[in-house]
Formats: sequence, C-alpha cells, structure tokens
Amino acid sequence: MKSDEPLYWRSLEELASTDDFRAFVEDEFPNRTPDWNDPESRRGFLRVMGASILLVGASACTRQPKEVIVPYVRQPEELIPGNPLFYATAMSVAGIATGVLAESHLGRPTKIEGNPEHPASLGATDAAMQASVLTLYDPDRSQTVTRNGSISGWGSFITALVGARDVAGLKKGLGFRILTGTVTSPTLATQIQNFLAEFPAAKWHQYDPCGRHSVRSGAMAAFGKPLNTIYRFDRADVIVSLDADFLSSTVPGSLRYARDYSTRRRAAAENPNVAPPRLYIAENAPSVTGSMADHHFRMTAAGVAGFTADLARGGTGAASPEARGVLKDLEAHRGSSIVIAGEHQAPQVHAFVHAINQALGNVGKTVIYTDPVEANPLDEISSIVDLVKDMRDGAVETLLILGGNPVYDAPADLSFLDALKRVKLRVHSGLYSNETAAWCHWHVPEAHYLESWSDGRAYDGTASIVQPLIMPLYGGKTAHEVMNILANRADQSAHDTVRGYWQANHKGDDFDDFWQISLHDGVIAGTSFPEKLPPAAKAIDPAAIASLGATAPAGLEIVFRPDPCVGDGTLSNNAWLQEMPKPQNKMTWDNAVWISSKSAEHYGVTTGDVVEIELKGRKVAGPVWIMPGQADESLTIHFGYGRTRAGKVADGIGFDAYTLRPTDALWQGTGVSIRRKSDGYKFANTQHTQTMEERDPFRAATYAEFHKDPEFARPEEKRVAKDLSLFPLWEYKQHKWGMSIDLNSCTGCNACTIACQSENNIPVVGKEEVAKGRHMNWLRVDRYFKGPLEDPEMYFQPVPCMHCEDALCELVCPVAATVHSAEGLNEMVYNRCVGTRYCSNNCPYKVRRFNFFLYADWNTESLFGVRNPDVSVRSRGVMEKCSYCIQRINSAKIDAEKQDRPVKDGDIVTACQQACPAQAIVFGDLNNPNSRVAKLKRQQRDYGLLEELNTRPRTTYLARLRNPNPDLEKG
Amino acid sequence: MKPEDQEFTSVATLDPGPDKVIGPGHDYGSVTDEIGGVVFRPFLKTPRQMFIGFAFAFLLVNLLMIAVTWLFVRGVGVWGINMPVAWGFAIVNFVWWIGIGHAGTLISAILLLLKQDWRTSINRFSEAMTLFAVACAGMFPILHLGRPWLAYWLLPYPNTMWMWPQPRSPLIWDVFAVSTYATVSLLFWFTGLIPDFATMRDKAGNSTARKIFGMLAMGWRNSAKHWARYQKAYLLLAGLSTPLVVSVHSVVSFDFAVAILPGWHTTIFPPYFVAGAIYSGFAMVLTLAIPVRRWYHLEDLITMRHIECMSKVMLGTGLIVAYGYAMEAFMAWYSGGQFERYAFVNRMWAGGYWWTYWVLILCNILIPQALWSRRVRMSVRAVFAIALVVNVGMWLERFVIVVTSLTRDFVPSSWGMYYPTIWDWSTYLGTIGVFLALMFLFVRVLPAISIFEMREVVHHTAKEPTHALGD
Amino acid sequence: MLSETKVSEHAENLHGIMAEFDDPESLLAAAQQARLEGYRDMDAYAPMPVEGLAEAIGFRGSWVQRLVFLGGLCGAAGGFMLCWWITVIAYPHNVAGRPLNSWPAYVPITFELMVLIACITAVVGMLMLNGLPQPYHPVFNVERFARASRDKFFLCIEASDPKFEPVATRQFLERLNPQEVMDVAL
Repeated sequence: MKSDEPLYWRSLEELASTDDFRAFVEDEFPNRTPDWNDPESRRGFLRVMGASILLVGASACTRQPKEVIVPYVRQPEELIPGNPLFYATAMSVAGIATGVLAESHLGRPTKIEGNPEHPASLGATDAAMQASVLTLYDPDRSQTVTRNGSISGWGSFITALVGARDVAGLKKGLGFRILTGTVTSPTLATQIQNFLAEFPAAKWHQYDPCGRHSVRSGAMAAFGKPLNTIYRFDRADVIVSLDADFLSSTVPGSLRYARDYSTRRRAAAENPNVAPPRLYIAENAPSVTGSMADHHFRMTAAGVAGFTADLARGGTGAASPEARGVLKDLEAHRGSSIVIAGEHQAPQVHAFVHAINQALGNVGKTVIYTDPVEANPLDEISSIVDLVKDMRDGAVETLLILGGNPVYDAPADLSFLDALKRVKLRVHSGLYSNETAAWCHWHVPEAHYLESWSDGRAYDGTASIVQPLIMPLYGGKTAHEVMNILANRADQSAHDTVRGYWQANHKGDDFDDFWQISLHDGVIAGTSFPEKLPPAAKAIDPAAIASLGATAPAGLEIVFRPDPCVGDGTLSNNAWLQEMPKPQNKMTWDNAVWISSKSAEHYGVTTGDVVEIELKGRKVAGPVWIMPGQADESLTIHFGYGRTRAGKVADGIGFDAYTLRPTDALWQGTGVSIRRKSDGYKFANTQHTQTMEERDPFRAATYAEFHKDPEFARPEEKRVAKDLSLFPLWEYKQHKWGMSIDLNSCTGCNACTIACQSENNIPVVGKEEVAKGRHMNWLRVDRYFKGPLEDPEMYFQPVPCMHCEDALCELVCPVAATVHSAEGLNEMVYNRCVGTRYCSNNCPYKVRRFNFFLYADWNTESLFGVRNPDVSVRSRGVMEKCSYCIQRINSAKIDAEKQDRPVKDGDIVTACQQACPAQAIVFGDLNNPNSRVAKLKRQQRDYGLLEELNTRPRTTYLARLRNPNPDLEKG
Repeated sequence: MKPEDQEFTSVATLDPGPDKVIGPGHDYGSVTDEIGGVVFRPFLKTPRQMFIGFAFAFLLVNLLMIAVTWLFVRGVGVWGINMPVAWGFAIVNFVWWIGIGHAGTLISAILLLLKQDWRTSINRFSEAMTLFAVACAGMFPILHLGRPWLAYWLLPYPNTMWMWPQPRSPLIWDVFAVSTYATVSLLFWFTGLIPDFATMRDKAGNSTARKIFGMLAMGWRNSAKHWARYQKAYLLLAGLSTPLVVSVHSVVSFDFAVAILPGWHTTIFPPYFVAGAIYSGFAMVLTLAIPVRRWYHLEDLITMRHIECMSKVMLGTGLIVAYGYAMEAFMAWYSGGQFERYAFVNRMWAGGYWWTYWVLILCNILIPQALWSRRVRMSVRAVFAIALVVNVGMWLERFVIVVTSLTRDFVPSSWGMYYPTIWDWSTYLGTIGVFLALMFLFVRVLPAISIFEMREVVHHTAKEPTHALGD
Repeated sequence: MLSETKVSEHAENLHGIMAEFDDPESLLAAAQQARLEGYRDMDAYAPMPVEGLAEAIGFRGSWVQRLVFLGGLCGAAGGFMLCWWITVIAYPHNVAGRPLNSWPAYVPITFELMVLIACITAVVGMLMLNGLPQPYHPVFNVERFARASRDKFFLCIEASDPKFEPVATRQFLERLNPQEVMDVAL
C-alpha cells in the first residue's frame, strides 16, 4: 500500500497487521522531537505507534482525508462540539475500584476527575488516576494478538483457547489454570466461578504483587475469617499508625481517609470547640502520612512490630516511654481512637491491632468491619506458590493469565519463569506486551478501563459499573470477553455480560431505570457492605507478644515498598508518573536505595554511590539516596523499575527490586548486605535544597503556640501595610480571583501536580532535562525538612503561580507577553512571548517554566488524543506557567452568562483543587465576601509567601497547626 | 606619488619616552606616510603576526557559525541555562562586550573635551574597537531569545495586530540605548575618518583604492570652511557621546538594578557599571594596541606616554570599581535585609561559585594595584599582562552578578546550579573571533591612527616646519 | 596638465588661481593679505584645521549647533511621546499594577532618542552645509593639490570674485612668496 492511497476504508486491524503499513508509519513521521528518556528510544517510540495513528484517527481527532468526506449532520443530542461531556466510571487498582468522572471531548477522554457520588472518591483523585488517561493513548500498549511473538488474529486465538479448554475439559478441566490479580468485580468472579463449576478440576489463582496479603492474613489470624476493615478518621481524636501510610494511594480508600482526616484537622483549626486530632506514626521511611504526624517515631520496620508488641502489653507493661505515652493517650480516648497497622506489616501485627482496637472499644465507632470486598478472598501468596509448584510438576497444561505480570513481579525465590516454561499453553492478556507476554504462546491486548465495560467494588464494597468512553483504540478485549470465549459465548460483548449479571441479580422490574441510574451516578445504590460486628479477636497471649517483641533483630534490614509514583510497576510506562517527583526526595525517573545518614556513614556509602544489595543469595545493584528521617540500619527500595518490556518510557530505568523479594520476606527482610560498587550516579531531582534556610516559606506552630500568638503566621518583619504603594492601586471591580492553600491539610500527594499536567497539556521533558533543572510542572510541591537531619519534620507546600497584583514578571517583559487581566489574573500570552526569560529571573517564586527545546510532542499522533482542546500546546522558546485554569474560569463565566446569573462561588474549580483529596486548595472570587476563599483568607493563619516583597500575591497559604502530645514533646 | 612603506620613511621609529606623544623628527608628510603606509603596504608585506592572528580569529568565527547554527536548530536548551538560572553566558558576554566598547567612546569623546593630546594616536583605533565590541554585544540579546526569529518584536513598529513593546521593561531601554550607541559610535568613527579618506584617496597608488577612498571621502577637499563646520560637528558629537556613554552602561545595569533579585537589586550599579566598563575598555585597548604598535613599528606614534596614561586611567577606574564592590557588600550587610545579606554570603563562600568572586577580586582589585609603581607602568610587558588579567576579571564580575545571584534567590526549593556547555563556550569564543578578525581587517585597510589629528599634533609640538619628503 | 600660458588665454574657463604654501602660518598670513586686498570669493585648503583660517577667508559662524539643538528637541519629545502613546493610548494594559502613564520609566528612551537624533543631525547637517557629497570639484584638477591632504597648504582665489582678474590676481599671489602659483581649470 503506498502512503498516498486512501487509508480510511480498510479494516483498521487488517491495516495494523500489514508490514507496509508499518513502513508507511515510519517514513510518514521522521524523528524530530526531543526525547523522553534517551536519544535513541524516540525513533523506536515513533515506530511502535503502529496502528494507533489510524485508530485514534478513527476515534475522533484526525487530519481530514484527501477524499471528499461527508459532514456530521446527524449530531447526537447532548454532543455539542466544544463542550466536554462527563461520564461516570470507575478505575480499579489492585482490584479495588474508585469512582471517577471521565471528561470527554468529541469522544476523546482527556481528563479524569473524581466522582463526588462515590464514597471512595468524593470528587478527589490521586496521581495514578489522573495519569491513567495517558496510559489509554500510550502508543506502547500492545496492539495486536500475537502468537509466539508474531501477529495473529482473534479468530485463531479463540480457536486455540477453546481447543485447549476442550482438551482440559476431557479431564474436568484438570491442568487448566487461570491467574488473575485480586478480583472484586462481581461479574468477572461469577464468570470464573461458572467456569470452575463446569470444569471442577480447573483452578483459579490470584496474585497481586502489592496486594493486601498481610491485611487478609491478619484478619484471619484475629477472627478466623476474612474481614474488611474501614476506618473513620473524621471521628478519631487519637490515631496511632503502625507503619500505615493511609494517606497515600497504597491503601484502598486512602482518598476517603485523606478527606476525613483533613476535614477533621480543618474543623479543629477553624473551630476551637473541635478537638484537634493527634497522629502518631511509627515507620522506617518518611511517608506522606508521616509528614502529617504530630509524633514521628523513627524505627526499623521490624522495630514497628516490636513497638506494636509494646503497645499490646498495655498500660504499664510497655517498655518504651513512647509506647507508654501513646497508650496513655489512647486510654484517654477510648472509642474515639484508631490504631492502624500498615499494609506491609506482618499479619501478627494486624492481629494485635485488631485486638487493641477492640480493647479500646473503637470497633463500630472509629473502626468498622465489613465482609471482604474481594470476590474470593484467599491467601494470594500461597495461591501463587501452589501455582508455581504445580507448573513445576508439569501439572499445568494451560495457563490463562488475565492481566498481571508475574514473570516480572512474582516473588523471586519462586523463579516463576522457569516454572512457566513447563506449561504447554501459556496465554496472556494485558495492556502491554510485557515481560510475561514475552514468554507466553499467546498474547492478547486487553482493553483499558476507559475502553471497557466492567464493574468493581470500592474499599467499602460499593459497586460501580465501569463504562467505556471510547472504542478500544488497539482492539483490546476485557477479561469478561476472554472468559466469554471459555464459556462458548465469544460473540457476547462485555456490555451484555456485565448488564446480564446485574439484571440477573436485580430484584424488581425497574431494571432499566436501575441500570441508567447506576451508570449515571457511577455507583450502584445500596451496594456498600453493611457494618459487621466481628467476633472477639483472639486474645493476645504473652508468648505471642514476646515473640513479636523479639523480632527486632540486629543488622541491616531491607524494606520493599511499591513506588510512590509508579506503584508496583503496572504504571511504569506512564511518563507523567515517571516525571512526577517522589514526595519525599523529589526524585524523578529513578528508584533508589534509601538509607539513613548514620547508616550511610557506617557502611561507607553516600548519595550517588551504586551499591550491590544481597539478600539470601540474590543480588541487585542500585544507587544510594541518603534520606533524612530514614531509620538507621534500614534500607528501603521500591518496586516498579528495572522493567525490560514496559515500553519506550520505562525500559531500562532504575533497578528491579522484585529480583530480591522472597516469599518469606515479602515486605521486609533482614540479613541483607550492601557492597559499594561505583559512585557518581546522576539522579534527576526537582529540588536540591532540603531545608528552609531560615526563610520559613512553610509556617507551622503547635496549637499551644497558636493560641498564644494567633498571628504567628504573619510576623512583623514579614508584613507590609495593605496600601503601601507609590501609585494608586488598581481596582478589580467585577471579579478578583484568588486561591488559598491550606498547609494544615496538604499531604503532598502530588495529585494536584498531575491533574495540572493533564488539564494544561504540560509536556514531559525526560530525565536529562529534569537533571538540568528544566522540569515543566506548573504546580510544584516543595518539600522541606525541619529539625535534625536524622529525624526531621517533613513539610509539603504546593506552589502554583501566585498571580501577584504587582507582578514583577510583567514589569520586565519587553513585549508585554505577560500582563494583568481585569480580574487580576497574571496572564501569559504564549504567541507574543519571544523568550527573554527575564520574567522568570524576576519571579521571586520561580513558578515560571520555559520551553528550552520543543518539549511538546508534535509527532506522536496517538498522544494528540490526550490533549485538552481548551488549552494551547506551547512551542519551543516560550515561557509558560499556572493560569489559574483560565479555560475553566471562562467556561464557567459563559455558562453563568447563558443562564443569565452571576458566577456562583464554587462554579469554578481549578484542576488542582478538583483533584485534591484533602481539599487543601480553594479557588474563588475575593470580591465576594461570602466565598469560601474569601473566608479562608480572613483567617488568622493566612499568610502570603514572600509577602514582605509587597508583590500582593493572590495565592496565599494557611499555616500548619501541630498537636503534639505534651508528655512526649521533645525539649 | 607612490605609496610609501613605513620602512622607507627616514624618520627613526623610536619611542620618544613617557613625556612625548610623538617621536622626534616627524612632520606633516612623515606622519601621513607612516600611517598611510600601513594601509598601502603590499599585501605580502603584511607582518606575519597579522596573518597568523587573523587566521586564528577566522577559525573562531567559524566556530561561532557552527554554534549559532546548532543553537537555531535545537533551541537555547543547548546552553546550560535552566530554571532558576535563566540567563547565562549570553548576558554575561553581552555586558562584557558593551563595557569594552565604552573605552573607545570615552577616549574619543571625553578626552577630546578634556583636550588630552595623548588621546590622538589611539582614538581612531579605540573607536573601531567600540564598534566591533558593540557588534559582538549586539548579537547576544538576539541569540539568547527563545524565539530569535521574533527579535524584531522588541522594536516599536506598526503592525496589523496593533501590538507594541512594553517601555517599562529595561530590555526595551536596552534596545534603544544599544542601538543608539552603535549608531552614534559609527557616525563618530566615520566622521573622524572623512578627512583621512581624502588623504588616502590622494595617496592611493591604484585606481580601485582611489575610487573606493574617493567615494568614502565624499569629495572632501580640506577647505577651511569644511574644517570649521567639521570641527563644530565633531565637538558636538563628542559632547553628546559623553552623556550617552554614561547612559548606555547605566541602562545595561538597569537590567539588573530594576529586578528584585538579591544581588541585582542595587542602586549603586549604574555608576560602578560605567566605571567598570571604562576599566575593561582601557584594558582591551592596551591588549590590542601593544601588539599592533609592535608589529607595525608604531612606537613613535603610540608612545610610552599613551601606555602610561592608559595605565593610570585603568588604575583609577579600577579603584572606583573596588569601591563599588565594597559599597555593594556594605549596603547588603547594612540593609539588614535577609535576602540581600544571603546573596553576599552566597557570593563569597556559601554558594557553588564562591571561588569566582575571589578570583575576580584578585584580577580586578589586587593585581592592578601594581600600577601604582612607575616601573610597572613603564614596562610594556607588565602593562599588557595586567590588561589581560583585568579583561578576565571584568568578565568574571559579570558572571558573578548574573549567574551567582540567580542560583540562589528567595525560595530555597528552587535553587539550582548552572553549568556552561560546550555551546556556551563556543559562542563566547566565537564572538572574540569576530572581534579580533574585524580588528585585524580594520588595521590593515583603514588608517588606524587619525592622520589629520596627528598633523595637528605635529603642528603643536614641532613649531618650526621641517621639509617634507618626496621633494 | 594645462600649461599656465594656455590658461591665461582662456580666462573664462578658470575656476580660480591657487597658491601653494609650506606651512599653516604663511597660508594664514596670505589669506589675511588677500582679504585686505579686497578679495572675497576665495578658499583656503590645509591638511588639518588651522585656527583663524576660516575667519581669515571671511567665513561666518556655522549653523551646525542650531540644527543639532533642534534635532535633540525632536528626539526627546518623540521619545517621550512614543512611550506615553504606547502605554496610554495604543496598548493600555495593567502591567505589574503600575499606572498606565508610568513616566519615570520613559526617561531612558527619551534621553537615548534625543542623543540619537541630535547626533544624526550633527553629521548630516555638517555634510549638507559643506555641500558634500560632491563628486567633482575643479580644485582637484591641480595635480599638486593632492598634497593638500598631506603636507601642503593652498589658497585659491576664485574667478567668481568681482575683483578677480587673471593676471593681477596671479601677480598678487606671487607677491605672497608661495611655493608655486597655479591656475585652477574648471
């Protein structure tokens, strides 16, 4: 096929599979843009676009074909070009679903927002959810069915799979295995159950590398049956977190938890009658939850178990003064306290914590138990161990892997790959043709959740229907459809399957309404699990305490954790997340071996050294990062890196922590040794200065200090008279936009950063450029350490453009490319900018970002789809910065005008504000004295960053309030 | 009459020593021939050093071409600049070159008004230097733009969008100041050349040269009326250039003084930038004059008197600059402003570039103090060496001001270092190449010393007219 | 070169008669003599400015400075108006909260434009008043005149002078003991 022939009338799949089509793709788009990760990969990056070009074209945005085409006369109602539509759906991470609203422009999903109706979201999202829309358009996604690596078709795949099933069927399904991640989808579970019912000898295994293994086993240990625990942080006066990072997205329901916790903190800060909550945390590595804590006990992960045992001893028995203090506090708040154990702590710790909560009478008040949300809760570790054992024994003839990537992330000691090779027929279905797909006979592309019909349950059991916004770009199929093949219903669509399930389980004859409402709301009414009163937790016998208490071993310990940005590795190929600075050390594009300064000294290593870590004979080499607040004798390494078949973005960056991870030390192990190999490893961090250098950009005080001096946030030397000016101040008659950021609520989770990136088409620049200090995030989250380097307080401060009324940047722009709007916005006129960069030099907040190269990707057509059509894509040589989401302001104003009413407070929600789970960011009209933002700015804690420069920033901050325990207050 | 090589003139090219601005035995004819001879020398009789020097300079020019091509193809990202250090070598070099230019105007204008006879044999030369330095300087503001092809947007010209520049920005002031400065320097230089063009026209051996010089001379015929108007105009130019030269570097210093950045936001900048400019300018004049004087045996026209006077000016302006540094630091401390103070802590020891500050103190303040000694001022080598040192020092001063201040400003989270890339260096060296190449060409094809003014000197010094040669 | 006899025969195609001197002093003296003699249309040529020479041949003060003053005024006014017009009339914006008419910021441009226009008028004005550029002038017909730009000094009494009379004038000039006296052909 020659490139000038019309392409649009052929079957796209057929096209995608022809070689000359690929050739066409290649010469049509030569390599031009600067690269994401390394200069080479860009070429390949374009190459793999393959079918995406046309398929995206087919979906919505395409260049006009040369031929005469028929205009879109029969426009579906509710689809108005230029006006986005929002659809409620749900995104599942490790099986747990969270409701989202997906924004669609002419059929293109461009932005993810939280679903206010959904209990796990309440309108908030985390960074991973924001970034998921980029994965949808990722040209590296697998695009065709492959058989032994060469392109094949669905037809032959169906034949092969059905054949294998029939062979197995002769022996009641013996030797036929299905491996999934944690499944909460009622439909999928039922489909699998039905299959197993038909073929009783077949088996269903579940494995999620970073699943809630300890949580499940802990509940089993305590109650003898699996139970799901839900915490009500809005009701808790005292919270004791034993290595539980419940504010970060590693915990199901974290968004809800963050909301509840911050609501409580805010209430306390604003209303003296509300008791401020107090948070204790014991952890080995600083976490975002740790940054909110009033007391931060730095101890090894094993030490946390010891500390738990200490707490379990109760009142006077406790050995450490910290434990005694904490217990005293807990005793004082029976029924209004929470003890929460970390996802990654041993089951024993969880068992203890259940008992402690019961003893404190928290159950039913702050700690709620329900049935497990997993459709089939089982010990996933033993499940995968069994699978591997059977594979090794040759007992597995057909293995159907629905999602997941066990070759990469199964525990290392299982050597999953060797076992896998013994399986006769290996089938993998996934978003990417990943490490596992490489070793499977068949690989079939899976549909992204924005392309899928499905369902799932939230952390509290609430079920949601997942509805697609777009036809599968790469012809992917959902797990439901694959299961349908096994059920001889290959022709049944996922939609029919899901709808069928709910119809079958629906009582009453109003199903159509029910279905419509459920789709519309994004939650299925009344599906959240009822509260359950658990049986008395197994009493804690002293022996157990002794054993647990004794598990604080000598020597170096290693701690495995999912990466704060790319999690367990499923998100590795997402450039937004790769370039998202990790909250604690602002590192991008890498994972590192975190070590405390003391230990670093002890082992003679320092930041940038590459060390070889050995655990039980397995080795991995990675660069060292000295992390303030890290426990001594405790290394932390993160999963999700060292990918080999993730895609052009993630391949070959970082090191693979899974290669070290054994089944008996899933989360932490001891007896690890490190050896310095080389030095001078170059990290790409977005922040280099750790401390505040006596400048207090972030201001915090204890409640005691606050009551003594309510104005502490605005000390004399940092204040200027409101009207201090040589010339008359400009008046903003109609609107006066402003923003307030509550540092008392902000957890530094970065959701706002990625929301901003998604909303404003912010380009990704790649590791090299970040290392040069050229990252582009309009909204950065600064991280400061305060106090001793070993155990400092960690503070986060989101910094968008301050929209100063006397904006220094404007004064020095020679071409008036940045000027003030009548509503007080500091506007950036990209087309007028010539790129002197003077504005950035003169910006005391350094919030301006410059396109040193052509950063925006003008070549990869599949990525055009993700762009927000309301925001212009910047070109080389222009300055850019936060615009207060001016496109949202204007659309809200237009709507108000159409309805002939003034803009109401809350009509305009900026992207960062919308995403924030802690509701720390509030935007609004300062001319309206009753607007939320105006009220916040009237608070005593309100202060402007660098106010003393008299820049009159429109963005101001609310100072952090801490509530330490007087008994434990360090001198 | 036939063009005469400098060798043929009977006057010995001896340095008459520190109290004379011209060697013994010179008359109107001999100075004319000696200076003109440089231009009319047969091509192959050009001193070898000139060939070597020009070849070297031309090499650097090509380096510049490559660097600029790459810059335009890829974008300013090829340089080491980043956030927070959005200005790097480009601006450092811009300020450095502009500064160098200033000595030329000063010598030709201010010293003319002050009736300094010793300016005569170096003013033409240093005016040329001004032009070429300004040319180099002028390149950078355009090259450093993110979108250099839109540089003309900084000019106030009517356009369909009806958009105009923003005259509150010091960069717009720069546009006017630098372009005015370039234009005026050119006028001044050309005006000075007109009578000498006439001389060259009348001396020219071959007709091409005569035609070219003839056109440039525009029919100048040394009439007393011409001279009268000429001197008036020349004096007025000098009078206007004097405040201009002061204003130009003040405006350049506003680029920094107007900004709020600690280390930039300093009221003392204008005066001490001007002093610094003259300082570096004289250093550059010496750096160039000393070799040329040697290669073309002009010791009798550029005498020790000139060299000593320039050394004294260097010493003086150097002391003003030193005072500037001291005041800057004192005010930073005395202001009590946290950011101001830190800017200097950063500059002097805390920051990553602390050493540049001390090298600059060494180059600009300590070493030049040697010029207090007459023996040093009398030694051409010593003066040459010090001039070089000062050139380096003044470049470092701009680096310290521009880059070091940017690396650490207000919010610690966005502090960062700046590392120049090979392209930063290539562009810098490239402009040095352009400058030298133009200088070499100038010395070869135009009278590098003002002939008619030398005749005046002869007239004033040697009262009784001696017999011209060639009779 | 034309022979002197020939020239005196065709007095009507003379530009004037020229005397050559060795040094400025004698030229100046000669010029003053000629003026006393009553000659008005004459010009003196010297390789460099000679004090008093212009006055000696009856040159009245130059206009250059007046032109320059006007030029400066225009430049300054234009500069300020440009800034004011841009920021207040043509392209009014709230920039950094400063008033539209931020006159202090206009000072540099006002000043620079003043100097620029003034300097241009100075040079252009000087050339205009001197009647330059001028491709042809009869004095260049005298070969020795080339040295007027080197080391010789010339006084030329022009034929246009009412008192000019080829023979008498030549005799008068020879009385000033010049190096040489030459006719200047048109």
